[in-house]
Amino acid sequence: MLKQLEGSHAVAEAIALCRPEVICAYPISPQTHIVEHCGELVREGAMGSCEYMNVESEFAALSACIGSSACGARTYTATASQGLLYMAEAVYNASGLGLPIVMTVANRAIGAPINIWNDHTDSMSMRDAGWIQLFAETNQEALDLHIQAFRIAEQLSQPVMVCMDGFILTHAYERVDMPTQEQVDAFLPPYQPQQILDPANPYSIGAMVGPEAFTEVRYLAHEKQLQALDVIPAIAAEFEQIFGRSSGGLIREYRTDDAETIVVTLGSVAGTVKDVVDEMRDAGDRIGVVTIGSFRPFPTAELRAVLKAAKRVVVLEKSLAVGFGGVVANNIHMALHHTDIPVHTVVAGLGGRPITMPSLHKLFAEAQEDKLQDTQFLDLQHDIVNAELARQRALIGSGPTAESILRNIQADTAYGGASAQPAE
Amino acid sequence: MPDIKDLSPDQKVKFYQKGTFTVGNRLVDADARAVQASMERTNAITSGHRACQGCGEALGARYALDTAMRATGGDMIAANATGCLEVFTTPYPETSWQMPWMHSLFGNAPAVASGMQAAMKAKGRSTRIIAQGGDGGTVDIGFGCLSGMFERNDDVLYICYDNEAYMNTGVQRSGATPGGARTATTMPAGEAYPGNVFGTGKNLPRIAMAHNIPYVATASVAYLQDLEAKVEKAMQVHGARYIHVYVPCPLGWGCASHATINLARLVVETGFFPLFEAEHGRVTQTRPIRQRIPIEEYLKPQRRFAHLFKSEAGREAIAKLQAMCDHNIVEYDLLRADKETIR
Repeated sequence: MLKQLEGSHAVAEAIALCRPEVICAYPISPQTHIVEHCGELVREGAMGSCEYMNVESEFAALSACIGSSACGARTYTATASQGLLYMAEAVYNASGLGLPIVMTVANRAIGAPINIWNDHTDSMSMRDAGWIQLFAETNQEALDLHIQAFRIAEQLSQPVMVCMDGFILTHAYERVDMPTQEQVDAFLPPYQPQQILDPANPYSIGAMVGPEAFTEVRYLAHEKQLQALDVIPAIAAEFEQIFGRSSGGLIREYRTDDAETIVVTLGSVAGTVKDVVDEMRDAGDRIGVVTIGSFRPFPTAELRAVLKAAKRVVVLEKSLAVGFGGVVANNIHMALHHTDIPVHTVVAGLGGRPITMPSLHKLFAEAQEDKLQDTQFLDLQHDIVNAELARQRALIGSGPTAESILRNIQADTAYGGASAQPAE
Repeated sequence: MPDIKDLSPDQKVKFYQKGTFTVGNRLVDADARAVQASMERTNAITSGHRACQGCGEALGARYALDTAMRATGGDMIAANATGCLEVFTTPYPETSWQMPWMHSLFGNAPAVASGMQAAMKAKGRSTRIIAQGGDGGTVDIGFGCLSGMFERNDDVLYICYDNEAYMNTGVQRSGATPGGARTATTMPAGEAYPGNVFGTGKNLPRIAMAHNIPYVATASVAYLQDLEAKVEKAMQVHGARYIHVYVPCPLGWGCASHATINLARLVVETGFFPLFEAEHGRVTQTRPIRQRIPIEEYLKPQRRFAHLFKSEAGREAIAKLQAMCDHNIVEYDLLRADKETIR
């Protein structure tokens, strides 16, 4: 059924269709509308006997999920940003224990400086925590991925993180096709746990494992992720059969045939990139896009197969590995290590900075002329950075960096300076 | 030694009863055997675990959980914080737990248990949930989750086994370590620093009471029947419940392993650790003490307090500890003539 919904509400309604038994909620922007609407749906009786728990922290939220999932209940929670970091210990624990929890991450920057807007630093910080990480491009896909996530999680007994861009998706009203309960029931059978705490058949879960077996236990977690490389596309294909639309999968290609320049990205910015690619294709440029749907497991072989024909690869990512460069680009480098295809890292959209079409046009034009450096920052205000560096060199005890940068930008804006707006 | 057959018919023989009716009781007639000989008796933590000799926590946990198993007919699940109890009971592939048991993290046992009880509610099952941890996992790192579990009045019994320091990691100070005590991180240094500082204290049973939860109790492993009665009572109640069990640690305290029960008794008899029950934020029962015993009697057998007897600053610390006992004796009216509440 077609509906005009806020992304968060679409996700909450999809969750309700998955018949969860326990939902744990702790509010953090921009995830709030998801858990608020889940609570509303539980109270309205749309989720049967589902228990909705308001807890006192994200650490408690995921810990409660661990307890309920180990008791055989289909379990869901959502978080973002600082919340994901606050629950980090439980994030690793849930995957280490092999509990098929589904969690939405409404992607948001990590402070300091505190910032509530979108980038992918939060999810990327947990990329090696053992969770499957799916990235949504649109609200429709976010909705669909949650339904698929329970199937994937429960089939592999591994937790799944569905990542959707904070505000850009969570707070955007879009038309979505909401499946029927019958469709979801046909796709997602009741949860059959691999392990369950049951007084009739008691066992101990979560004991200490020493050097004699730790490697094997961790390898098996890796093996599960490798299995997911087959499971994710298979479930996406089954989803398409039942729901009549393509959603999910490992990677998605757009106009990559004969492309000399391929942009690799993930999340909602793929839409903007596709628009730019369309315009450039109209102008005769040979450029295409690959969107990563599953960041963990990382679809190395699939990406290699698509990217090997390119002359250059531009990785546009909303995350920064401070002191190194790009997180996603690093993975792409690995996928292409046996080739001499140059991979350019473009760090963009940090803390919610808009990634505009003019900026992308300029970027991709430079890429086509092989003028890009290995790593660059889209729309970085170099004059502001240089001014601050000079100030710090000149002054011992120069004070907090963030405040001083903001003061400079404000002053510069007041004088109509060059750094008032990102250069186009 | 009295013969086991001389016991009156209604007198139950218990394993911890003095005078040893225990040895070989499986050899006597079935109707005269102690409860421990019964194949049907509850056995939450079976033998073969790796606790130290004289471990108060092993004793407390066994009696608490055996009682809970009896009260629930075995229909229960436990969440365990990281710590000695977790480590010594589950050297995989062996486990001592004869019940469904889960360890997740150090600081999250109350939240894991909250999730468990939510799952049981959602599934319409009556399985009861217990969470447990040491004083570090309860008073310090798990405190936020514990307070949340209390505040929501989740149907969980949380049991804290308090041995007054981080024993699993090698005896470091916790929020439950008493003033003056020597730990690996509060080593005494002459007159200037006689062991752990005297802060304002962190009385978790009182903090639990401040949440107005249905049931709070303190217990000590010197009074096992009292502990059993309190767990039994806690299991008759729904909602958040808290039992704080005092469990000596011979290794961490520097006392003889056979001193466990004696110290667990002295800590109560001195007034240092009053035994009480509280319902919905109000004390309903206290255990009076027979006679006032000076705190020195409790401190002397423990090497963690030995330095206090060697300096003026130490003697001042002892006086402070005595003052805390005196305060408790007044606060809980422990020396009253009415002994009716003694179990």
